[in-house]
Amino acid sequence: MTQVSVFPAPVMPGLRNLLSRYAESTMWLSRYMERIENLARLIEVTSTSVSATNLDAGWDSVIRINADEGLFFQHHEAATERSVVAFYIIDANNPDSIVSMARYARENARVLRPLISTEMWMHLNVFTRWVMELGPNDVGAGYLSGLCTRLKQDCQTHFGITEGTLYRDQAWLFYILGKNLERADQITRLIDIKYHTLLPSGVGVGSDIDMSQWTSVLRSAAAYHAFRRVLPEGMTPANIVGFLLKNDGFPRSLSTSLRSVYSVLGSLAGEYRLRHCAPIIERVEELRVTLAEQTVEDIILRGLHEYMDWIQRELRQIQNEIAHAFWPPAVSVQPIGPGRMEQIQD
Amino acid sequence: MKMAAQAAGLFATYDIPDFFCELLNRGDIPPPDLKLVRDRLAHFDLAELRRRAAAVEAQFYRLGITFTVYSDREAIDRVLPFDVIPRVLTALEWDHVERGVQQRVRAINLFLHDIYHDRHILNDGVVPRDLVLGNANYCQAMVGLDVPGGVYVHINGTDLVRDRDGRFLVLEDNARTPSGVSYVLEDRQMMLRLMPDLARGLNIRPVDEYGPRLHRALAEVAPIGVDNPQVVLLSPGIYNAAYFEHVFLAREMGIPLVEGRDLMVEDGRVYMRTVAGPRPVHSIYRRLNDDFLDPQVFNPDSMLGVPGLVDAYRRGNVTLANAIGTGVADDKAVYAYMPRIIRYYLDEEPILTNVETHICAEREGLDYTLANIERLVVKPVGESGGYGLLIGPHATQSELDEFRALLRANPANYISQPVINLSVSPTLCPTGVEARHVDLRPFAVTGRDTWVLPGGLSRVALRKGSLVVNSSQGGGSKDTWVLAS
Repeated sequence: MTQVSVFPAPVMPGLRNLLSRYAESTMWLSRYMERIENLARLIEVTSTSVSATNLDAGWDSVIRINADEGLFFQHHEAATERSVVAFYIIDANNPDSIVSMARYARENARVLRPLISTEMWMHLNVFTRWVMELGPNDVGAGYLSGLCTRLKQDCQTHFGITEGTLYRDQAWLFYILGKNLERADQITRLIDIKYHTLLPSGVGVGSDIDMSQWTSVLRSAAAYHAFRRVLPEGMTPANIVGFLLKNDGFPRSLSTSLRSVYSVLGSLAGEYRLRHCAPIIERVEELRVTLAEQTVEDIILRGLHEYMDWIQRELRQIQNEIAHAFWPPAVSVQPIGPGRMEQIQD
Repeated sequence: MKMAAQAAGLFATYDIPDFFCELLNRGDIPPPDLKLVRDRLAHFDLAELRRRAAAVEAQFYRLGITFTVYSDREAIDRVLPFDVIPRVLTALEWDHVERGVQQRVRAINLFLHDIYHDRHILNDGVVPRDLVLGNANYCQAMVGLDVPGGVYVHINGTDLVRDRDGRFLVLEDNARTPSGVSYVLEDRQMMLRLMPDLARGLNIRPVDEYGPRLHRALAEVAPIGVDNPQVVLLSPGIYNAAYFEHVFLAREMGIPLVEGRDLMVEDGRVYMRTVAGPRPVHSIYRRLNDDFLDPQVFNPDSMLGVPGLVDAYRRGNVTLANAIGTGVADDKAVYAYMPRIIRYYLDEEPILTNVETHICAEREGLDYTLANIERLVVKPVGESGGYGLLIGPHATQSELDEFRALLRANPANYISQPVINLSVSPTLCPTGVEARHVDLRPFAVTGRDTWVLPGGLSRVALRKGSLVVNSSQGGGSKDTWVLAS
């Protein structure tokens, strides 16, 4: 060992620091629940918009948003509603399916049981059991909308119980951090895929079909009514992208998520005196600045896909830096326990 | 059983065989509170009782109060059955149990100190030297080590049964990492929620002090000079059978639940990994067996433990509860000597007696066992404990002959005991309220002194006639009420 000890002076009185493993699990619990909600929303909207316009592209784009082309086409010939829905809701072999994610969420909650409320655990436990029991008959076309509604509602119930019962300390901040990083990631994926799926098609921009596709994008992000309120006449691709990226009042916009990430990191650094926050805060700040300084027209002109791609890489980098700062891999030779679960990100 | 016909109600068909029943066949004039419980229960309607039992089941299911089967990951959430009829102990009975448990814990701690230091009890020939020093649970790393306050067993569970006369007998000591206390606290909460009308106005000793008491005891035994000791609970992790209990206790104490990988040792000091970097740890309530604690000292393949932990412990920088090497004290063979151990250190008669035990290592015990084998339970001691046990009354002639040969070949490996007619308690069964055998595990917490949680875990053998109360073999639990007067 070196002469300089890495161990700081005694614990500050009254300050209780969160176990690294808890921080990691808290973050992933909220990420998985947020991801389930987003996926349920996407499936529901896709099912209604596809049936309305009779386009196949819808189901294909669900696969592309989740970057699951490889795994999906290993087992399926084509992206039909039946195959995609089963793949994303009940296929336990797909780590991105709702049943898999519900199990990961519950496993993380199991780790967090010393920390979370009994209500949180009870709800997650019941929810996961229910999801695990879903079979092919439960995800048929006639049931899909009701099923997605229930999935969304259960996620929202989870967020509500958490908001009402989770003690406000570091764990809460990591929870908020995870949720907002996930939202930021989801919204950029949605924009990226939908924009390129829909815009360069043979159908003219601004036509009826195009419009309904854009409406469905808004609905996938739970943004339709908010958008109507802010821009009742402005249903253009640029306005919609701008709204989803830059609107500070919309709870799922990229700018709102980044603002929340920024403020949480600030609390961890300030209120809780956690070290290693500064470079991460800087990175988030840079993201926010580039987003604020450009108009949506600039962004589209310079290449929306490249921009979304860059943001997603930055978000991954932020996630990695958070992991490195707050739950660094063991310095010693200590092996990782057998029950260790893999956190699946992308 | 004599009871006024109108009061019989729920118990009208209750058929008590020739056993002691704490509620209905006590052989004394029950104190008024106990009589009150009995009368209230008698007026319950069977259907109503079942309705409440179903509600309990749903609650427990949703909470995931569970025990895990290692081999089957999907079966991770199984429910330990809970019986809605409480087991009631009178103040007088409890006073006896409490004093007996405290006495036993005191003797166990003195015994452990002695065998890891001067070994007077061995030198004086009270307990055979080989039995202790050759015991698989005897730990060389503990020799000469002074533990804070001389406390080795901070948490002790004493398994008690009652015989035909209602006498409490010690069946075994659990001085390593006794489990089950979370059920005591959960069962009570559940009981008061679902049977408020049964408990109303009764002066029942509370159990919710357990967490704070345990935390205080663990802080009391932290290394000397530490002002605000950091106590943690060390668990094998979420796939362990008792994970629920680990969570429960960590919460009740308000301390972090850590796994081995959350801890690290640096310069003989223990730290936990937090988001603010390593933070010192002073007292560890470990729910990990000795073998898994430290791969540098014990099982090198263990991935659950903390390398260097035993070194930190030996340097006095961290306290482990329970201490390492306490398994000698709850060994089945050492158990047989416990009355003598109590007399040796305390110069007192045991308040709680053992089940009559014949030590086959001794001539007298062997002769008695050989002569009466068809009426006895013969148990192997030491490592093989639990397996290869002979229940005389249920054995065939050839099995008896075989065991006689085993006994003659290696007498020191066996003890024998009479078959005990375990007491019963009324229990809700598919066919109605019936008598089922119960045992009792009181929990004793020792820091500066020893405190016994009023009551303890009452396990009930749900199968008719069965004497096996283990959860893995169809056992359930009951709330245990200790009446204050």
